[in-house]
Amino acid sequence: MEYILIFISAIFVNNIVLAQFLGICPFLGVSKKIDTSLGMSAAVAFVMVLATLVTWLVQTYILIPAGLEYLQTIAFILVIASLVQMVEIILKKVSPALYQALGIFLPLITTNCAVLGVAILVIQKEMNLGQSIMYALSTAIGFGLALTVFAGIREQLELSNIPKGMRGMAIVLVSAGLLSLAFMGFSGVDNGLRALFGLN
Amino acid sequence: MNYLNIIKNGIIKDNPTFVLMLGMCPTLATTTSATNGLSMGLATMAVLICTNVVISCMKSITPDKVRIPVFIVVIAAFVTILQMVIKAFLPDVDKSLGLFIPLIVVNCIILGRAEAFAAKNSPLASLFDGIGIGLGFTLGLTLLGIVREVLGSGAIFGWAFIPENYNILLFVLAPGAFITLGYLIAIVNKLKK
Repeated sequence: MEYILIFISAIFVNNIVLAQFLGICPFLGVSKKIDTSLGMSAAVAFVMVLATLVTWLVQTYILIPAGLEYLQTIAFILVIASLVQMVEIILKKVSPALYQALGIFLPLITTNCAVLGVAILVIQKEMNLGQSIMYALSTAIGFGLALTVFAGIREQLELSNIPKGMRGMAIVLVSAGLLSLAFMGFSGVDNGLRALFGLN
Repeated sequence: MNYLNIIKNGIIKDNPTFVLMLGMCPTLATTTSATNGLSMGLATMAVLICTNVVISCMKSITPDKVRIPVFIVVIAAFVTILQMVIKAFLPDVDKSLGLFIPLIVVNCIILGRAEAFAAKNSPLASLFDGIGIGLGFTLGLTLLGIVREVLGSGAIFGWAFIPENYNILLFVLAPGAFITLGYLIAIVNKLKK
């Protein structure tokens, strides 16, 4: 039950992009076409789950026993950077097709604040390993959903007649605002579910 | 090299918020009020100045192949220092900015300036570039914060002057951030012509 709650709340209610403002750079940068946005979402999902797993283990079994919690930021960013590099090397050897598809997006993920953000958030929220993985996976799906929906909107925008001053980033940001407004319609759903499942 | 020009470029020609559009996450997330925007801008500026100078000093001893990891470690070290200083001396700021202080590490402005400016120029020029870009970012965030605070909570830097009944709550919430920045960029585009 708790896992369903995490799942729904991370995708719809507290969408990582539209409600928490993490991962805005890829959201605005790689959402011009639906194909590329799907590729980016897959790459982010892969790295986010893996990174959260590793950083959770690093925090619990290395940093806390050694009393080095203040090194969290440095340790996590190093883990994420080397993980992205490693995933890139392994994918190149094991699955060249997947590497071709995700290739260009992988290096970009190191500076995707959503990955580091989720890694820090699960520690702050004191989740256990299972919850952390579930949270990372749901967040990544939420990211993919927002990115793909937005790419669809932007493909339509290309065809419409936009006033000169609003062209480019301006109309893109206003559309993102409207999409975010639509997602606000889900607010409160998590509390309703919590009451339904009898959790606090 | 004219140092005043470097600062002017950072604020106007290469303004990170309205022209380069870098570091959008903190820009949108922390500008619920003018004070929050200002403190996020200053925090980022502090890290940017330190990293620019240190990276510029280290440029001759940094091997080209591992430069990005080296830059990231330098940035992460300064962010950790800043995080501790803010926690110790400014607990209110720590509470309102929260997660976005450690996330300065992945702010593309800082890595971008390290790569594009500090790795090629002298430490003194990098110092001024850090000040210029930092001021440009602070200005952008404060402006966005002021607009959102005036429209959303009828106040400016916490000083309320519009009765509560006339506030548009939307502008303090997430969609307001996107919409306000969109229209500010449209205005900047118009002014540029």
